[in-house]
Amino acid sequence: MEQLICRDVSLGYEGNAIISGLNFSIGSGDYLCIVGENGSGKSTLMKTLLGLIPPLSGEIVRGGGLCANEIGYLPQQTAIQRDFPASVTEIVLSGFQAHCGMRPFYNKEEKRTALENMERLGITDLAKRCYRELSGGQQQRVLLARALCATTKLLLLDEPVAGLDPMVTADMYALIDSLNKEGVTIIMISHDICAAVKYASHILHIGDVLFFGTKQEYLRSDVSKYFSGECVKR
Amino acid sequence: MSEITEKLFMYLELPFVRYAVIVGVLIALCSSLLGVTLVLKRFSFIGDGLSHVAFGAMAVASVLNVSNDMVIVLPVTVVSAILLLSGGRKAKIKGDAAIAMISVGALAFGYLLMNIFSTSSNLSGDVCSTLFGSTSILTLTSKEVWLCVALSVAVVVIFLLFYNKIFAVTFDEDFSKAVGTKAQRYNFLLATVIAVIIVLAMNLVGSLLISALVIFPALSAMRIFRSFKAVTICSAVVSVICAFVGIIISILAGTPVGSTIVAADAVVFIIFYIAGMIRGGVQ
Repeated sequence: MEQLICRDVSLGYEGNAIISGLNFSIGSGDYLCIVGENGSGKSTLMKTLLGLIPPLSGEIVRGGGLCANEIGYLPQQTAIQRDFPASVTEIVLSGFQAHCGMRPFYNKEEKRTALENMERLGITDLAKRCYRELSGGQQQRVLLARALCATTKLLLLDEPVAGLDPMVTADMYALIDSLNKEGVTIIMISHDICAAVKYASHILHIGDVLFFGTKQEYLRSDVSKYFSGECVKR
Repeated sequence: MSEITEKLFMYLELPFVRYAVIVGVLIALCSSLLGVTLVLKRFSFIGDGLSHVAFGAMAVASVLNVSNDMVIVLPVTVVSAILLLSGGRKAKIKGDAAIAMISVGALAFGYLLMNIFSTSSNLSGDVCSTLFGSTSILTLTSKEVWLCVALSVAVVVIFLLFYNKIFAVTFDEDFSKAVGTKAQRYNFLLATVIAVIIVLAMNLVGSLLISALVIFPALSAMRIFRSFKAVTICSAVVSVICAFVGIIISILAGTPVGSTIVAADAVVFIIFYIAGMIRGGVQ
């Protein structure tokens, strides 16, 4: 079932299109990797998918019973968060913010689900710790748990392994892969073409040439040869 | 010692002293609640900027001979607060520069207006009391006290009701927007509440010292505590105690109210800073 369909979308800022004529769709349970050089518009595409900035033209359609606030998001870290005094529990719970509507406080059900999500990501023992004192990998897990509180249908991950060391990176990929196997649709921005080819079911390549297709199609295409170098051959 | 306590109780029996303590403590409570968010949003200086705007508006009001200057001061300050806070990251002139610009601009125009159209014989005295807080906190009428109590209760209730949303939007605005929270609404709400607090607090500490009430308690609390809830509670407690102690000292020692409170806040910050270092070193 299609969860998100982009039809002839152009995107960019203030009328300047960075990408135009973008067509792709993602089904429930897919694992889409968005690859492309720096400045090719990956983050802009993600913000457009999230509805933070409107597309310049074309349309983005949600399907398969996906509501507007059922997209979880793992953003890149901001400067503010680096010295923010907040406990892990507080941050994970804030994933439910849109579910409350006008209700001012989180209910028991939400608190229980937050605990479950923390367990799922192996951060239960960090619950009382302060976010800014955690390692990069732990922080990403906390933000991932928060995203899971927002939704379990579709997660958008913006370079989830940026700044992590190789061991932690491998753990993070394994974690994302296991979430995908549990049925969460994943859209991930990545610089890491090797990981993209290893885990993703679909690849969206943006840049001078646009490409969208399954991983197998991508590996056979000309785009991958020009971009991905040796790790594709393996 | 007993002489001092005796003197203190004698003062506390006077209604105007009680009014001053009530108003001072309430203002300190409100400003510290929002201080945490402002410091974290990198808007520490907004108190300063807005209070200078309020100063300018006050000058306009006195030139126009408006009997109740709140009619002009409050709306002007609220509008400036919304413009400053909602501009955010997309603004052409970034946060700190925008605040500095509005702040000094309003200050200059305010002083200019007061100078040109002054009706008062003691101009520098007027200006000084607006900038550094006046004794007007000791001459509050019961009506003003009730207005202050009502506004403070409103601020505290709003803060409690929207506590979780304020935390979420402060921590990660993009995530909030992505999952469907109307982040901009909360920014407007924050801006309005801050403007109201600032206009209230001008009576207490004057426009130059307002930032201290907003940022010192929050910064002190952040030295010691590591969760948003603990920081917020601690900052409120610190602020209330400092305001209370500051007012009492200023009455007993005859020092200016505003600067005594701020000095108390600064001393607490230094104590918390050292305590934080020791704690950090032990762990």
